[in-house]
Parts: sequence; structure tokens; C-alpha cells
Amino acid sequence: MRQKILYGLCLAAVLLLGRNLAVMLLELPDEAAQGAIYRIIFFHVPAAWTAFVGFFAALVASVIYLAGKNLRYDALAVAVTEVGLAFATVNLVTGMIWGRIIWGIWWTWDPRLTSMLVCWLLYAGYLMLRRAVEEPTQRAKVAAVFSIFAFADVPIVWFSIKWWRTQHPQPVVWGGGSMDPAMWRMLFLNWVPLLLLFGVLAALRMRQEQAQREMDALRRQAHAL
Amino acid sequence: MNFLRQSWIVAAKDLRAELRTKEALNASLSFALVILLLFSFAFDPTAEQTREISGGLLWIVFAFAGALILNRSFARELVNDCLDALVASPLSGAALFFGKCLANVVLLLAIELVCLPVFGVFYNVRWTRQFWPLLLVLALGTWALTVVGTMFSALTVNLRLRELMLPTLVYPLLIPALIAAIQLTTALVGGQPLAGDLLNWLKMLIGFDIIFTALALALVDTVLVG
Repeated sequence: MRQKILYGLCLAAVLLLGRNLAVMLLELPDEAAQGAIYRIIFFHVPAAWTAFVGFFAALVASVIYLAGKNLRYDALAVAVTEVGLAFATVNLVTGMIWGRIIWGIWWTWDPRLTSMLVCWLLYAGYLMLRRAVEEPTQRAKVAAVFSIFAFADVPIVWFSIKWWRTQHPQPVVWGGGSMDPAMWRMLFLNWVPLLLLFGVLAALRMRQEQAQREMDALRRQAHAL
Repeated sequence: MNFLRQSWIVAAKDLRAELRTKEALNASLSFALVILLLFSFAFDPTAEQTREISGGLLWIVFAFAGALILNRSFARELVNDCLDALVASPLSGAALFFGKCLANVVLLLAIELVCLPVFGVFYNVRWTRQFWPLLLVLALGTWALTVVGTMFSALTVNLRLRELMLPTLVYPLLIPALIAAIQLTTALVGGQPLAGDLLNWLKMLIGFDIIFTALALALVDTVLVG
């Protein structure tokens, strides 16, 4: 039953993505100042939102794990962090491609870019930390505490880098213009399939994590015998 | 009151042990001096350039030297299962953690106060013009480094790759505190008074200290006891 729901959600995501792509490419006109490349924003921005949904879900799952010590929530935390990190990567890479074409540079130390990069480093550290601990309950505990620290750090990173940047010359960022309502609608419409995809991937990853733990437990049992 | 007394007992024990063996202190201090020396070869800065990069240079040295001290903080209790004894003692986990933080801050500040004159001599910088504000910034920045580092020292104490994990996890978390400390230190070494924009950075540093001290004290019992 669960399997079928996942397949269904996946199918819905694919159909929606296909429909959105068709509208993006065929119906929406090129942006006046940026030309065709602006379309990357329909993936760039929703990917960032999705990543933060993932990191927030990881925070909640970590707190619930520490409160109740139920390893299901540890599996949930690692699943949403990993998928969130994938979306953060999409956000960074699409941003760099856009930057290369519009600004002429791959990277600039703008607050948004820098904060996302720090965020990426923190959660990559989370996954690395998990690999360094073998015992499952200890791994869950260590990872949950780190996840809470990382999430608390993100807003402070954002403000610190913003202040840091305002004292330095800045490249032209974001142009401050308003966006056409049709484009705004597409931005949110395209978030829906990305969120669906996020849900499906996280659910799959969580099942995999639980299966992995069962296998490890069985292996240990076999060793003991 | 009891909490502070207990913390002080732990801090005094750690400091006494460290001053008798000096293992972390010596390693960390010589490491700091080596990096200071390396920087002068790497950049060969003029007096003007040195003033501009002084904060970054000093805090990278302090952060690297700090990692050596912090790594040892909980790891030294592994021998003879001392950590289990400490956890089983009537001390609260928070008091144990706070005491270790205090000891680490004292050790790190001592190293920093040795490094600063050496920096002044090697790089030909008059760094004492804003001495007391600079000391305040050093204390606040070191507290940020220590409270996060000691927490992760406790967290990673049983890991195989402890020495590798600690810096890779702690440095990204410390970015806001390091940016603030670097900005403040550069300005103060350059002789600027602590006012205007600098106060914002000071507030950020204090905010970072408060948030992460509170978070660490809240979570440390879970980390140590489980």
C-alpha cells in the first residue's frame, strides 16, 4: 500500500514537472533584461525553499529523537537532511550557472550565496559525522545534537555575512525589480513537484535507513552466535 | 551557587592536570607560533598590509591552536575510564561541561596572550593601542570558540576519527563568531576605538556566546549521559 502511494506521488511529481516545463518553455516569454536564462529561477528558488523545509524537518526529527529515543526519528532526520542537502546542491549549482551568464562570474560572496554554502558545509558535516560513528544509538544521539546546533547557527550566519558584506563593495545583486504575476505563479507551481519529489525521496531513504539498521542488527546477532 | 562551585572544582582539576604535564599547552603554543611564522613567509606583508589582515591572521592561529586544546579536553578523561567516573559523580553534566569550558578558556587566553607580543614583534605592529577593548574581544571570541569546541569535544570523544571530526564540524559553526572577532580585532589592532559599527559586531559576538552557551548547557546532559 505504502509502495503504491509513493509510486502515485512520484507519478504526480513527474506529470506536474512535465506540464510546468511545457508552460515555462512554450508559454512564458523571455524576461526583458535577462533573456532565456531567467527560467532557471523556477528551479533555483523552490530548490532553496525545499532544502530549508528539509533542514527544518531534520531539526524537528532530531528534537523528537532526543526526547523519546525512538530510532524511527533518527532515520527520518538522516533522510530529510540528505534529500535537503541534494536540493541545496541544486540551488547552489543553478545559482552559479545563472551567475556566470548574468554577472559573468561563477561566484560572489553575497550573503545569500555564502549563507547557503555554509549551510551546505554544515549539513555535509552532519552526514560525515554519521559515518564516523558505528554504534546506532550513539550515532543517532551525536547526529541529533549536531543537527540542532547547525540549525541554530543558520540565522546567525545569515546576519553576520550580511553585515560583513555591507562593509565591502558589493557586486550588483538581484536587481530589486518586480516579477510578472505569471512568473510568480510558476515559481510556486514548480515548488509543488519539487516538494513531492522531496517527500518521495525522503520516504525511500528513510525506509532504506531502517532496513540498513535491521540488517546491521541481524549481522551482529549472527556474530554473537 | 553550587553550580559555580562544582564548575570551579572541575576547572581547577583540569588546570592543575594541564599545568603539571603541559602536554596540550606545549603542543598548542608551539603550533600557534609555527603558524604565525608560516604566515609571514606566506604573505611577507608590509606594515600596512599587516594591519589590514591582523584580525584574520590572529584568529586563524587561535582557532587552530584552540582545536588542539579542545581535542584533549574530554579525550584526556578516557584513560582509566575517568569520564565514566566523572559522569557517575554527583556533579551535574552542565557543571562538568562548564568547568571544562572555564579551564579551556584560561588555557587558550594564556596562549593568545603569548602570541600577541610575538605577533607584534615579528610583524612590527603596535597592537597595544586599544589594549582593554582588545582583551574583551579576545575573551568573548575565545569563549565562543571554547563553548562550541568543548561541546563537540564531548560529542566526539568516543569516535574513531575524533581529531579529524572536531575541526571540520566546529569551524563552519563558528563562522559568525569568527567574522565578528576578526572584524573587531583588525579594527582594534589598527587603533580604532570601540564605537559605531564595531558595537554591532560586539553585539553579534555576545549574542553568539549567549545562544550557544545556553544550547550547550541544555544539551550536554543528553550528550554525556545519553
